[in-house]
Amino acid sequence: MKKSSARKRRPTKTSRSEFYILRLYIAGQTPNSIAAIANLKKICEDKLQGKYRIEVVDLLKKPQLAKGDQIIAIPTLVRRLPPPVKKIIGNLSKTESVIVGLDLQPAR
Amino acid sequence: MRGARPKVIRSSLAKAPTGIQGLDEVTGGGLPKGRVTLVCGSAGCGKSLFAMEFLVHGAVRYGEPGVCMDFEETEAKLRANVASLGFDLRDLTKRKKLLVDFVAVERNQIAESGEYNLDGLFIRLAHAVKAIKAKRVVLDSIEALFSGLVDSTILRAELRRLFHWLEDHKLTAVVTGEAGEQTLTRHGLEEYIADCVISLDHRVTEQISTRRLRIVKYRGTSHGTDEYPFLIDREGISVVPITSLELAHKASTDRVSTGIPALDEMMEGKGFFRGSSVLVSGSSGTGKSSLAASFTKAACARGEVCLYFAFEESPSQILRNMRSVGINLEPWVKKGILHFHAMRPTSIGLEAHLAIVHKLIEQFRPKVVVIDPITNLVVASGTYSIKSMLMRLVDFLKVQQITSMFTNLTFSGDPQERTAAAVSSLMDTWIVLRDSKPNGRPRRELYVLKSRGMAHSRDPRELIVSDRGMELGKVLKDHSLATPVAGPGGVKVPE
Repeated sequence: MKKSSARKRRPTKTSRSEFYILRLYIAGQTPNSIAAIANLKKICEDKLQGKYRIEVVDLLKKPQLAKGDQIIAIPTLVRRLPPPVKKIIGNLSKTESVIVGLDLQPAR
Repeated sequence: MRGARPKVIRSSLAKAPTGIQGLDEVTGGGLPKGRVTLVCGSAGCGKSLFAMEFLVHGAVRYGEPGVCMDFEETEAKLRANVASLGFDLRDLTKRKKLLVDFVAVERNQIAESGEYNLDGLFIRLAHAVKAIKAKRVVLDSIEALFSGLVDSTILRAELRRLFHWLEDHKLTAVVTGEAGEQTLTRHGLEEYIADCVISLDHRVTEQISTRRLRIVKYRGTSHGTDEYPFLIDREGISVVPITSLELAHKASTDRVSTGIPALDEMMEGKGFFRGSSVLVSGSSGTGKSSLAASFTKAACARGEVCLYFAFEESPSQILRNMRSVGINLEPWVKKGILHFHAMRPTSIGLEAHLAIVHKLIEQFRPKVVVIDPITNLVVASGTYSIKSMLMRLVDFLKVQQITSMFTNLTFSGDPQERTAAAVSSLMDTWIVLRDSKPNGRPRRELYVLKSRGMAHSRDPRELIVSDRGMELGKVLKDHSLATPVAGPGGVKVPE
C-alpha cells in the first residue's frame, strides 16, 4: 500500500478529525521502550505524515499517570485521538498489527 | 483475654493475622507474613470477601495498611463488601488505611504487537504501596489478565515476577483465583504459590448449602487437612475451628444446680459438674423442654449468661409454654442474661448450624448452653455427622467450661432411640424421661441413667410438672424404666 494513495483518498472535510494524538507509555529506557518509540515514529512517518503527535510518558517519572489510561503492560500505545480510544501493547515490532490496531487502513 | 482457647497449631513462622474469626486459630496465627497466599474457589464462594476482610482487618486492627488491586469487581460491589464488615471504603481510603486501584482489562480494546511486560501493573502497585506505606496487598482476581492478554507465556513469566516482587518487598499478599475443572484454579495459579493455598467451597447437598474452607498447603506450618465449615453473615466470614484433637480440657469440680432441688439431691445433693454435658432424652410430652427451662432459670438466677438454641419452637412459644408450668424466663431475657436463638434445622446445613452456634457462643460468652432439641438436627443430617458435630461442639463447650444440656426426642423402638445411644457416649450425664400408665394413671418418670464422676441415685422418680414448676415425687417401685444394659453399641435402655 502506498502512502501517497492513502493520503489522497482521504476526503478533506474529515481531515480535522484525522489528526492523531498518540501517547506511548514506557518505563525507563528499556530495549522494548526504545524499540517501540522507533517503530512508532517510522509507522507514523509512513502513514500519518504531518497529521500526528506522539507523547511519550515515562511511568518511572510519572507513575500516577498509569491509572488514568489503565496501563498494565509496557510499552502501551494509546490512540487518544481520533476517538474511539485504542490501545496497542508491545514494542510495536509487528507493523501490520499496529496499522490495524490504530485503524490506519485507508478507507475502502 | 479469653482464657482457655484451643490452640490447634503452634508455629514459629511469622504470621499476619487475618482477623477472620476462627481462621487465625486454624492457621496458628494467620497467613504467612511477607508471603503470597492463594485463595481459590468457584464463583460466589466468598474469596473476594475473604481478601477484603484480610485487608480491612489488617488496616484497622493490626496497623497494616493495604492495597487492593481489583481486576473485576465494580466499586459499588467492593464498597458493599467493605460496608458489610462495618467499614466505609471512602473513610478508610481517606485515612490512608486502604487504597483500591481498579484495573480494567478490556480485551476488545487491546491489540498486541511485539514484546511487552507488565511493568505498568508493577508501577501502579508500587505507587499505591508507597502512597499509604502498605504492608498488605490483595490481587482480586489476577486471573482476569488471562482473558485480557493473548500472550500467556509472557503473562505467566510476569506473574512469577510479580509474586517475587511482592515477597521482595515483604508484603503479605492474598491472590484470588477462580476454581478450575481439574485444577485448583482455572489458570493453574497454584503452581506459582509455594507458601499457602486455601480453597473455599460452597456445596449444596439435599437443598442445604454448606460452605467449607480447606488449607491445601501451608509451608512451614502443620495444619489440619480437614475441611472447616464457615459462615458468611452480616459480619463477614467466620470459620469454625475443629477444636483440640486431644482431650485436654480440665475437669471442674465445681457444681451447678439442675434447677430442681430433688434432682440435685439425686446427684450428691449438688447437681451437674460445671462444664459437663447433659443429655435429656424422652418421648414427646415427657417434660424435656421444661427440664431444660428449669436448668436455664436456675443458671439465670445465679447470674450466669445462658444461650438457648431452639430448633423446634419460637422463643415466644417457649416462653409462653414455660410460663404455664410456672417457669418464667421472660425477666431474664429482658435483663440480657438469657439469649434465645431459634432456627429451623433444615434451613441450613449442619456445619452452618455449628458455625452459628460457635459464633454466638463467642459473642455472648455464656456459662450455660441449651440445645433443644438435637433430634431435629438429626433429621437434617445423618447419625454419623450429628455425632461428629456434637463431638466438636461438646469439646468446644468443655474447653470453655460451659455447662451444656441437649434434649433429645425419642420414640420407643424407633431408630431415634439408637441415636440417643450414639450421642450419649459424648455426654457426661444422661437423664431419661418417660411416660407410663401404671394402673391407668398417666405419669412422668425420671431416671438418671448415668452421670460421670459422681455417685448419683439410680432410683427412678416420678416427675411432677405443675404450674409451680418441676418437682420430683417419691422413688418409684413399680417403675416402667428398665435397668440399662451394657452391650455392643453402648448402654441402652431396653424396651
